[in-house]
This record gives sequence, structure tokens and C-alpha cells, in this order.
Amino acid sequence: MLGYLIEKEFKQIFRDKFLPKIIFIFPFIALILLPFAANYDIKNVRLAIVDNDNTTYSKGLINRLSANESITLTAMKPTYNSALSLIQSDKADMIINIPKGFEKDFITQKKSNILVSTNSVNGIKGSMGALYALNIISDFSNDKTSEVVSIQQKGGVEIKPLYQFNKELNYKLFMVPALMVMILTIICGFLPALNIVGEKEKGNMEQINVTPITKPIFILSKLIPYWIIGTIVISIGFLVARFVYGIIPVGNIFVVYLFSFIFILAISGLGLILSNYASTYQQAMFMMFFFIMILILMSGLYTPFNSMPSWAQVIGSFSPLKYFIEVMRNIYLKGSTLMELLPQLYIMLSFVVVIDTWAVLSYRKKS
Amino acid sequence: MIKQLLSFIKKEFLHIFRDTWTMMIILALPVVMMLLFGYAVSTEIKNTNIGVLNLSKDEITNNIIQRLDKSEYFSLAKNYSSYNEVEHSFRRSEVGVVIVFDENFSENLLHLNKADVQIIADASDPNTARTLVSYVTNIVAQSLKDLNKTPQTNYQINPEVKLLYNPLMKSSYNFVPGVMGFILILVCAMMTSVSIVREKERGTMELLLVSPTRPIIIILAKVAPYFIISFINLLTILTVSYFVMGVPINGSLFWIFVLSIIYIFVSLSLGLLISTVAKTQLTALLFSGLILLMPAMLLSGMLFNVESMPLILQVISQFMPAKWFISAMRKLMIMGVDVKYVLKEMGVLVLMAVVFVTISLKKFKKRLE
Repeated sequence: MLGYLIEKEFKQIFRDKFLPKIIFIFPFIALILLPFAANYDIKNVRLAIVDNDNTTYSKGLINRLSANESITLTAMKPTYNSALSLIQSDKADMIINIPKGFEKDFITQKKSNILVSTNSVNGIKGSMGALYALNIISDFSNDKTSEVVSIQQKGGVEIKPLYQFNKELNYKLFMVPALMVMILTIICGFLPALNIVGEKEKGNMEQINVTPITKPIFILSKLIPYWIIGTIVISIGFLVARFVYGIIPVGNIFVVYLFSFIFILAISGLGLILSNYASTYQQAMFMMFFFIMILILMSGLYTPFNSMPSWAQVIGSFSPLKYFIEVMRNIYLKGSTLMELLPQLYIMLSFVVVIDTWAVLSYRKKS
Repeated sequence: MIKQLLSFIKKEFLHIFRDTWTMMIILALPVVMMLLFGYAVSTEIKNTNIGVLNLSKDEITNNIIQRLDKSEYFSLAKNYSSYNEVEHSFRRSEVGVVIVFDENFSENLLHLNKADVQIIADASDPNTARTLVSYVTNIVAQSLKDLNKTPQTNYQINPEVKLLYNPLMKSSYNFVPGVMGFILILVCAMMTSVSIVREKERGTMELLLVSPTRPIIIILAKVAPYFIISFINLLTILTVSYFVMGVPINGSLFWIFVLSIIYIFVSLSLGLLISTVAKTQLTALLFSGLILLMPAMLLSGMLFNVESMPLILQVISQFMPAKWFISAMRKLMIMGVDVKYVLKEMGVLVLMAVVFVTISLKKFKKRLE
């Protein structure tokens, strides 16, 4: 009986015009576009310079600023206020104001000032922009110092950073494995959520309810197709990661598959629960959207999990996404073994047991 | 005709109010999003677990380690005795960063005036790793300076940094306009399209169309409730952000509302457009969810910085109504600039509304024949 039910599900999916496209094309496109969008690297900071000094020093500094790859020099303005109006009309992000006597003060008084103003409505962008400028200014200051003081005292402590697991600090290496989880969540979460409710809206539910199909069989017949679809989606993800981004897991790919099997059961189960409670598409969609948004935002996908306040970490630890994202990143970047990931395995298995039992129980044949 | 319109609007409201779940989610969503973005999700790095491999074990290194542990950024989690343990510990995600002092650290520093410190960061997350390394570097440098172990140069340029409009670097200043842009398009576009397509799917649309009611009345009645709901959402967001999160409203409230109303119109017309294309609710939902909401979240500048993206994505983002709205709202609300600086954004939004309405009206008429 289960076989026929699964056949029915697949027929329904593939007779729809839109669904097969979502299953095969959406992960592909999303994984090609998202890593470029979901990026906290700050580039193209547009800089306006007010040079009141007009000396070799000020010009040297301007040259260095405009040579930096993250900064784009967009305008030279005569006054600070005219530069400020560029920020107001969103044509510049940062102003550097070089005061009169910049060079003279440096040579005669060993000290000169400079003003760096950034538009900080977006805090990350504002502070990163300022940080880029400050680094250049401090390098410039050191170089000029060694020009003036011919022999600089050498020595001291050298601090050597080592960036383990991601030596080139490639942001995509970090995001791609986690975005696969997000895409899997969207497909294997929303489609089941809209599935049972669809049967209700079309009136099929009444017919299924009068057949001898038992509750567990019914839920299984809904879960297994998404299990297969999810496996296809995650495999597309692996291929895109491999051939578009050249990202290969350091650890064992079969461990990734093992965890994705478990994860799909959990997230599809969640969709089915909501679908059981909802009576219209709209309800199911909004409830699923509500939960998935919270699960994604609190899973550590975009922002570090440990920087959340402790109450938020408690809520976040109920998100299956949190554990699967950890697993993906650990296997892809660090090559963690199954033994090292046992805690995540147990937690995710218990999610599956609780969620899928709930899904079976929440399906009521009586209306 | 007005009476007819009013009774149709009443019918639509009844549809919405009878669906308690959706109603509750729609009203609670902006508040939950604001609270999540405001209090839970943060890119600040605090209390990272730090591991120490101290082979030198003397006063100077102990002093540095103490300082690291005391700072708000780190808490000392592990003390290793060999390199092997470090590797294993990283793979279990026990620590984010490890500082290594080799055996003769102090000796070298005292006698040769030159010593090495190694900082190993878990660079899975590059931004966090970069920030962690710079925090550790600063703390180490500061401790050594206090212990007078590092030479000082006299010449310096003193940069003064001004963080315009947001001196306390609150992330809420950035996301409140973003949440507005997102919620309004969610309510207007998604809900309007689904409510029209539902009538089609259930067959009640035919009934409405053969009635003496003019199609324009049906459409007006469809969009009116969502206009009101999104306006309520707008007020909720402004109230929560102003009174609870302390986000300033620096610009004129009048223009903030004008801008929002234009944007609501764009979103409603987009919803109308989707409803003319989609045949089933499922398609309408997935269409607006994947093609409208995901890009609205990712490419609008709400979460990520559009200027840092590759050119092609920047071009795509120009077609996102949310991008123009969020940019204008940031200027009006947070930067408090004069309305003349946002005329371009408003113009683009008006143009989008005109285009969407024209296309969907054309399609709507065709279907009548």
C-alpha cells in the first residue's frame, strides 16, 4: 500500500508545472547566486576627500587610499559640507578631511590630525570602512616616521596569525555548505507544509480518510518522497559546490549524506505537522514562514551562534538547522569525523523521533 | 457604487478575520522580527572560547592570558599541553581561537628583545576569525606596552573617527527600515495574490465576474484590507522601534508616510500582477515566496551590503522595489535628510507601480473575454 501512495505523491508532484522546476532549478540558481549576495565582506567603500593641505604628504596619502582595493575614490571636494551632502544623497560612504598644515605639523610638531567620517547607518559598513582607512593612515604614518627618523628601532614582539582551516579567508567556503542547508530547509520544509493542506483544499482528504490507510503509513507516504527529493537537492548542492566553487569536503561525504537523511526527516516532519493543523494554503505558508525564519536567523547561518544572548541561544538550540549547519561546516572545512560529531547526531535523531511522532499523532482522520 | 464597494470590502475583511492563525502571524511577525534582529541576532563578537598553549609559563605570559580571560571578548576555555590537542579541539568546535607561546618566549623577549606569539584562529568564518585575531593582537600588544616591552615612536598621525548618524553603532538603525520593506511587501504582495487566486481556484471568481459588479470594484475591494493591515504593521514597526529600541525618527513623519504609501501601492500592484499570472494558490505562494521575498531579503540591502556584491547582482537589485524603499527610508528616518534627497527613489517606485498596474490590468481584462 505504501508503494502506491508514494507513486501517487510522485505523480502529483511531476504533473504540476511549477514543482519540478523548483526541485531541480531552484537549488541550482540559489546556490550560484546566494553565496555572492550573502556576504559580509565590505567592498567598494565610496570615499570623498577634502584636501585642505595640498602638499606632498596629503597627495601621497590620497594615492594610497585610492590604491586600496576596498576603497573607491569618488570625489574631491573643496569643503567638508559639500562632501557631507554627497553622503546625504548616497553618492559617498566616507569622508576623509585632511586639515591645513597636515604636513607641516607632522614634521615640526611630530603630530598631525585627520578626520575620518563614515555613514554608519549600516554599522558594519561604517566601521569596516573606517577600519580600512585607519590601517592605511597608520601605515602611512609609520612610513613617514621612518623617513624622518632614519633608523627606526626594530624588535619587539611579532604576532603571527594562523588562519586554520581557511587560510585564504574565503567567505564562500564558509557560506556555501551552510546555504545548502538553507535551500534544503526551504524545499523540504515548505513543500510538505503545503502538501497535506493541499489535499484538504482540493477535498482529497475526505477520500483518504475513509480508506483503511493507517496514520503512520499516511505520514510515511508523505515523508519518503521528500526524503528522495531532499537527497536530489543536496546532491545538486554538492555538485555546484564542487564544480562552481571548487569546494570539496575535507571530511567524508557519506557522513554528510547520513546527516542530511536525518535532517530531511526532521524538517519535512515539521512541515507536515503545520500542514496537519492548517486548513488553508495561506495558513500553512505563513506558519511555516514564521517558524523557518526564526529557525534560520537563530541557527548561526549568518551571524555567529555564540554572540547571541543566552536566552536566544536556548531558543536556537531547538533548531535542527543549528546542528546540521555545524555538521556541514565542520565536515566541509575541518574534516571532523563521525565520532567527533556524535553529540550532533544524537540530538538530531531525537528531533526526528519527537517531530515525526508528533506528525503522526497530529493527523486526525476525524474532522 | 460606494455602497457596493463597501460591502465588498466588508466581505474581504470577514475572509481575513475568520482566518485567526494568519491574522495573528501577520500582526505578530513585525514585532517578532524586530525583537529577533534587535536583541538576538548580532554580528558583535563576545565571549569567544579561547584556548591557550603556554609552553613558556612565566609571569609575562600568565599576565597576558589573564588579561585575555578578563576581557569581555574572551573566556578561557582550554589549557593545552601539546599541539595535537589544539587540532582536535578545533575539530570539535570547542574553541574559536588559540594563542601559543613557545618555550623560550620570555627569555627571547628579555635577552634578544624579539619574540614570537602565534595566534591560531578557526577561520571557517573568515570575518569572525579576522576580528578575533585583531582583538587578541590588541590585547597582547597593550599588555606588552604596559609591561614596557615594546619600543615607542614619537611621530604620529592622530585620526579622529566620526561615525555619522549612528555613533553608538546600533544595528537596529540599519534593520528597522529593512524590516519595514520586508513586512510590507510580504503582506501586500503575497496575501493579495493568494486571496485573488483562491477565488479563482475555488471557482468563486467566475461568480464575481458575472455579477453586475465592475471588475475594478472587485480589485479595489481585494486590495483595500491589505492596505489597512500593512498600514497597521507600519505603525507597529515605527512604535516599537521608537519607544522600545530607541531608534530615532530624524526626518519628517509626513514624508515617511508618503514614501510608505507609495511603496504599499507598488507591493499591492505586484500582488495583483502575480495573481494574474498564477493559476493556483500553490504557484502564487511559491512564486511570491521564492521570487519576491527571498530576493527582497537578500538583495535589498536589508541584511547584506549591495555595493559589495558582484555587478550582476547589483543590477538585479535595481529591480527590487524593496531596495529603493529601504534606501529612501534609511535616509528619511535615520539620516533625517530633506525630501529632495529621496526624490529619485520615490520616482522609481512610482514608475514601478505604474508599470505593474498597467500590465496587470491588461492581463485582467484579457481573462474576462
